[in-house]
Amino acid sequence: MSSVKVHNGGLSTTVQDLGRTGLYAIGMPPSGAMDQYSFRVANLLVGNEESAAALEATYIGPTLEFTDERVIAVTGGDAAATLNDETVPMWTSVPVKAGDVLSFGMIATGARPYIAISGGVDVPEYLGSRSTYTLIGLGGHEGRKLADGDVLALGEAGAAPSNGALPADLAPQFGTDVEVRAVVGLCSYRLTEEALASFLNTPWRITKDADRVGYRLRGGTLDFVEREQPFGAGSDPANVVDLGYPLGSVQVPGGDEPIVLLGDAVTGGGYVTIATVISADRDIFGQARSGDVVHFREVGIEEALDARREQQRRLDRVREALS
Amino acid sequence: MANIDSPLPGVFYRRPAPDKDEYVREGDSVEEGQTIGLIEVMKSFTELKATASGTLKEFLVDNEAEVSVGQTVAVLE
Repeated sequence: MSSVKVHNGGLSTTVQDLGRTGLYAIGMPPSGAMDQYSFRVANLLVGNEESAAALEATYIGPTLEFTDERVIAVTGGDAAATLNDETVPMWTSVPVKAGDVLSFGMIATGARPYIAISGGVDVPEYLGSRSTYTLIGLGGHEGRKLADGDVLALGEAGAAPSNGALPADLAPQFGTDVEVRAVVGLCSYRLTEEALASFLNTPWRITKDADRVGYRLRGGTLDFVEREQPFGAGSDPANVVDLGYPLGSVQVPGGDEPIVLLGDAVTGGGYVTIATVISADRDIFGQARSGDVVHFREVGIEEALDARREQQRRLDRVREALS
Repeated sequence: MANIDSPLPGVFYRRPAPDKDEYVREGDSVEEGQTIGLIEVMKSFTELKATASGTLKEFLVDNEAEVSVGQTVAVLE
């Protein structure tokens, strides 16, 4: 039998892959791993395609029992993983056999551990992806987070690198006070000059309302420029005529609670959207917790593209090291 | 003496609902596994349970205050 038994689902563990891309224009966010780098490394460590489906846990990991010989890897946030009560090294391929139980303790760094299993999690594809989009209940395992007693089918395992481990310099460090780069724009014209400067200088604290849809922040108040309400926009100064919200975009309803939209993003609406976190830095939010502090640093498009290329080169080094 | 630490970041609540009584008051005796409060994060509420049986000596976190991972919420004796 090729499956994984879920003894305990943890707080919010979902099946994810690289995402359901290409449908944003019709209102379908990509979902997919919130920390794509850690996710890709996990798959590479077990000999999977980087796009294979794996598990994303949040804060409290699941308890899983394996039913055959597999190779697993735990990456991302460090939640004290154990296999039959023995410590599981992170960022390393670990062989498991039938009856082995993987559990997690209290999370020490980051927010989301990833668990890849050789062969991948074999849930049906929906619109080209196995990612779970829980908000409307599609994809993944029955469109929801894992629950106690679930059984997940696994795909056929290929050849995994034996005892592969990620070189230490390629493992990301997750801090609790982080800087993310953002391109200012879209509706930033709605902010006063002081408010824009304040946005960039404020240490923003992540609130409890921080999930796969978006991270809500608190720490300052941003003032809007006086205006005459345009046709089609709501009456609140934070309303504009509806627009598409890019992934990573920062909207400021009310002016005092910026929301950074992430993998399960709302794809459009009428809130003023003042900046967009660059794609290379979205992973940072995947490992940021409620209570952590975020600083935004303004960059231009060229720097954003350089950062994306740099991230690609880093992944190339991982592929080389683990092949 | 045993501590009850939060396994989650979020907001701590002493009551199951705003119009309900507190789960436990300081000085009450509790059984291991008994719910002593809730932690809210990502729109979900997770029960915080006593790690041992004994007397709940003191809450170190106020109702509706933020907690971080590993922070001690209450002390048992």
